[in-house]
Amino acid sequence: MADREHPGAVGDALTFEAPEDGGARHWLTRFNPAAKLVAALILGLGLVPAVDAVTGGVVLLGVLALVPFSGLDRRTLLVLGGPFLLMGLSSGLVNHLYGVEGWEGALGAAVRLLAIALPGLLVAAGSDPTDLADGLVQRLRVPERPAMGVLAALRLIPLLADQWRTITLARRARGLEAGRNPVRMVTLFFGRMFALLVRAIRTGTLMATAMDARAFGTGPRSRSRHSRWRTADTLLPICALLLLVSAYALSARLGTLVLLFS
Amino acid sequence: MAEDGRPGARVELSGWGWRHAGRDTHTLRGVDLTIDPGERVLLLGASGTGKSTLLHALAGLTGDDGAIGGDQEGLLLVDGEQARRGRAGVALVAQDPESQIVMARAGDDVAFGPENLGTPPDEIHARVREALDDVGFPYGPRHPTGALSGGEKQRLVIAGAMAMRPRLLLLDEPTANLDPVGADLVRGVLVRLLERTSATMVLVEHRVAEVVDLVDRVVVLTAGGGVIADGTPQAVFAEHGAALAARGVWVPGHGPAPSLGAAPGGGTLLTAAGVTARTPPGLGVRVPPRRVVLEDVDVAVRAGTATALTGPNGSGKSTLLTLLAGLSRPYRGAVLPHGPLARVDRRPLARWPARRLARHVGTVFQHAEDQFVTGTVRDELRFAPLRAGRDRVETEAWVDELLERLRLTDLAGVHPYTLSGGEKRRLSVATALSSGPSHAPDVVLLDEPTFGQDTRTWTELVELLGELRAEGRAIVMATHDDLLLRRLTDVRIRVANGRAREDIRTGTAERGTRGRS
Repeated sequence: MADREHPGAVGDALTFEAPEDGGARHWLTRFNPAAKLVAALILGLGLVPAVDAVTGGVVLLGVLALVPFSGLDRRTLLVLGGPFLLMGLSSGLVNHLYGVEGWEGALGAAVRLLAIALPGLLVAAGSDPTDLADGLVQRLRVPERPAMGVLAALRLIPLLADQWRTITLARRARGLEAGRNPVRMVTLFFGRMFALLVRAIRTGTLMATAMDARAFGTGPRSRSRHSRWRTADTLLPICALLLLVSAYALSARLGTLVLLFS
Repeated sequence: MAEDGRPGARVELSGWGWRHAGRDTHTLRGVDLTIDPGERVLLLGASGTGKSTLLHALAGLTGDDGAIGGDQEGLLLVDGEQARRGRAGVALVAQDPESQIVMARAGDDVAFGPENLGTPPDEIHARVREALDDVGFPYGPRHPTGALSGGEKQRLVIAGAMAMRPRLLLLDEPTANLDPVGADLVRGVLVRLLERTSATMVLVEHRVAEVVDLVDRVVVLTAGGGVIADGTPQAVFAEHGAALAARGVWVPGHGPAPSLGAAPGGGTLLTAAGVTARTPPGLGVRVPPRRVVLEDVDVAVRAGTATALTGPNGSGKSTLLTLLAGLSRPYRGAVLPHGPLARVDRRPLARWPARRLARHVGTVFQHAEDQFVTGTVRDELRFAPLRAGRDRVETEAWVDELLERLRLTDLAGVHPYTLSGGEKRRLSVATALSSGPSHAPDVVLLDEPTFGQDTRTWTELVELLGELRAEGRAIVMATHDDLLLRRLTDVRIRVANGRAREDIRTGTAERGTRGRS
């Protein structure tokens, strides 16, 4: 309700503070987020054609070796990685039960999914959104307006969570509750979604007005933050490419390489 | 703020008018007004007179590429040029700090405006440091904006506006969404800034008494028309004070005087016993751990009594209100019914089925829209009585009576979301009460019920609550409103640092001598 402020809370889910001298544990956070994103894209897209366990497995092992240096704590990894692990295992299981490629195909499907997901997860959870947007705009020439828009929209997520809770309480106050009736549960859910949508549009409009009032989009912007790009940032995508190529080479050498649609 | 020695902007309006897209009538029309450089002007008018619209127009937000659509007529010039956003040196601070902060880190947010203006990076850094200093921002530039209190956020918003080096500063109720402590902080910042800048300022604020020292001129607007009064605060209030007050404006010396019956008092209806509550679980990763907001709190709610929950924002008074309303479950402890309520259902309130709860305990939320569940005003009022099993005829009669009483008869067919702020508030209170004339809930709980209301709605609301109290119902309000605390409060419970303490226990203080027997 009115308690939108939590003075006791020191953190903000949207800011990610990498310690300046974080040591080895934060080695990965020192890269430009844009470089990490490119590396993750190389690995993720590069693995799409290969459906065998060895190619995916090599990449997965290579990326897993980086996890201890990603600066992510165990809880974050568990919260974010859990669903992917579950998806990998269940897609493996389904392939094993119903697929035509037997257990090898099943293992391949599971490993491939994890190998594609993990790099992206490390980038998403291990980068500050602001730094990522800066990197995208300044280094990868992504258009600035949408990038800043997405960044502003991220600020609204915690607000929406609050509003959802309030709307749920308000329905109970009006005597609306599904109890154990599944049909009512669905209709009530959509009623709440609509109420949330109205609130979200209102909040979004207010923020757009505020951004307009601060001259957003009136002319060329200058940048108060400089997105640094070091040699290491160029090397990271190259290393990713090397890892990918060696995974394919190893798999081909072992005769295990299976390509999609082959 | 050394404004590079530049003078403030000059504002000229002649025959200016504005009609919102899709509306038949003009919000404002025929506005003739000249504001000299460096003047500090307070814009006044009843709610819905287009004060905010005028500010938005001055900020250039109503132009072709602006956020607000509609038809403009006449002339609106800032320094002799058509108002446009961007390079003209205009900055706007609006009500809600939550929706004005764009970036995740404080320094980045202050830099956002200057960046958009194309200011060189070195100068931006200097301006950010200076602006954060000027508003007394207590943290560093890398502090996460999501972890700030409301008052701190609004100070950051002001810093962001000042970093744009405005020559015209527009303030749209900058303290309206803050608790008293936050509002004082922000007013203090404004006083200091205005002493140092030569910028022209236009301020909209309906709690006049709190800002009258900041301005040297008051301009009164009327809905659908133009300027009806203009002059020094003393002159305008002396001449038009009573008329303004009658239109709902909060004028010093013309405060509302609700007529209230005595508080009959009565037995205990609800108790919170050893209640502990935590912040809701966060969304996503890297969220701060859940925090205890209320710890082992004991509170009693009595019939025929108005109980106020006070305390700074974030202290947990809204949480306590939802717990007392039986809407959410405490982490430990329970909210238990007593007396007539216990005869309905002996279980803790949080375990009552929603339908039963709604009949006996009514809750009014701070944002009225949150509790609307139907498509028209009339359906909204029909909803509770029909669900409570009243027949059609009885329901229609009661709904007509309520509509009349709330001045909503003409709006019976419109969607609740399209109502004005005051109308929404009146409707939301009505929905919480509308089980039937003799069936109002035993306990009515309200979160900031008077927030942002003009004096007319304020008075109606307080009188309605006074009547409910006289009928022996329990009223519980979470509020910052000092006047509400003085006029309609029998028990004050201060919520702070996880504790709730009964502070003052009187009759309604200002009627104390003639009030209670």
